[in-house]
Amino acid sequence: MIVSLTVNGQARTGSVAGPESLLVFLRDELGLPGSKNACEQGECGSCAVILDGELVCSCLVMAADAEGSEITTVEGLGGEDGLHPVQRALLEAGAVQCGFCTPGFVVAAAHLLEQHPHPSIDQIREELSGNLCRCTGYGAIQRALVALAGEDDS
Amino acid sequence: MEVIHPRTLDEALAALAEHPDATPLAGGTDLMVEVNFGRLRPERVVTLRRVEALQEWDGRRLGAGVTWRRMEAGPWPALSQLARTVGSPQIRNAGTIGGNLGTASPAGDGLPFLAALDAEVELSSRAGRRTLRWDEFITGVKQIQRRPEELITAALLPDRIPSRQAFGKVGVRSAMVISTVSACVLREEDGSTRVALGAVAPTPMRARRAEAMISAESRPSEAARAEFARLVSEEVRPIDDHRSTAAYRRHAAGVLARRLLERLL
Repeated sequence: MIVSLTVNGQARTGSVAGPESLLVFLRDELGLPGSKNACEQGECGSCAVILDGELVCSCLVMAADAEGSEITTVEGLGGEDGLHPVQRALLEAGAVQCGFCTPGFVVAAAHLLEQHPHPSIDQIREELSGNLCRCTGYGAIQRALVALAGEDDS
Repeated sequence: MEVIHPRTLDEALAALAEHPDATPLAGGTDLMVEVNFGRLRPERVVTLRRVEALQEWDGRRLGAGVTWRRMEAGPWPALSQLARTVGSPQIRNAGTIGGNLGTASPAGDGLPFLAALDAEVELSSRAGRRTLRWDEFITGVKQIQRRPEELITAALLPDRIPSRQAFGKVGVRSAMVISTVSACVLREEDGSTRVALGAVAPTPMRARRAEAMISAESRPSEAARAEFARLVSEEVRPIDDHRSTAAYRRHAAGVLARRLLERLL
């Protein structure tokens, strides 16, 4: 079966054999390995993408159900012209250790800041509650995003 | 695998009439876990994400496709409270009340609210619509009375919804956790009280004896509240499993129900 969708602004097409996830499709079929495969049950957030404007776990989206959708992955946030502000903030705060959870945090935080440019600490913690870091860099991640968020607009 | 993407309810019902073996797919937050772990490989899927009619929330009629994220912002405190405890923001953006009913896990967090209200489940097919009360619809662990050609189209809440309501759950941590015990307590101004519990029986359940006892108490004393907790613990039918023990669940059910009741007094 052929699936056609828009990924990071580009029309993309690939084939799926069965009910595999959007995560598998992005990584193995479209060659976008930025979204990470860890828990495969929606608990860790390392596969987070934006699907038609909503933050979701791509491991819990059937690739076939993404037909016609618009997807933003971590690859769509930075690019050759530079880092996304969230990536720069994480880098400057030393908020990356092994880096496995980082793409999910970047996608979730970028989405939050797009909707709420000046989130409170509580909003940041709530919106990132679906992303696990096992190195445990939560303190540094929070500091990076609080600095980026600037003034609280809640 | 064949996938059908209906855009209207009629198209969805036509697809199920033609292919009663098809698997309906809503938010995917339960179904894809089964796929990812190799426990399910559907041959035919009817996706529901594009069916706008299922996303309608009109007063007491909660469309099956309404997500947890929307329920969080809804008018009923217990529903908002429970919606906020489901998974993560990512899960709540995708998962739906219809999916919670379809999966019918004993730990489904939306179910105690529906049970406490004696909500009905609306099932639609090309032949028409029927409604089943929650306990006629969910009849065992992950067992529901949906016919293959039917779609869960809505949860129907009663006209009268007590304004005093509370939901709580116990789990191993405070976020992103599947309930070890969950409870919803509703209390009317005249004292009549309903208590529904999750994860302590094969299906969501009401603690009827506890309800009858506490409903007769307009200003429950310490002793009455303790008796309420004792009755709840006595009525639940929990099991030992990988998440907890029957003994702990029995104890926690009474404690949780009492605490929720006390919030409403």
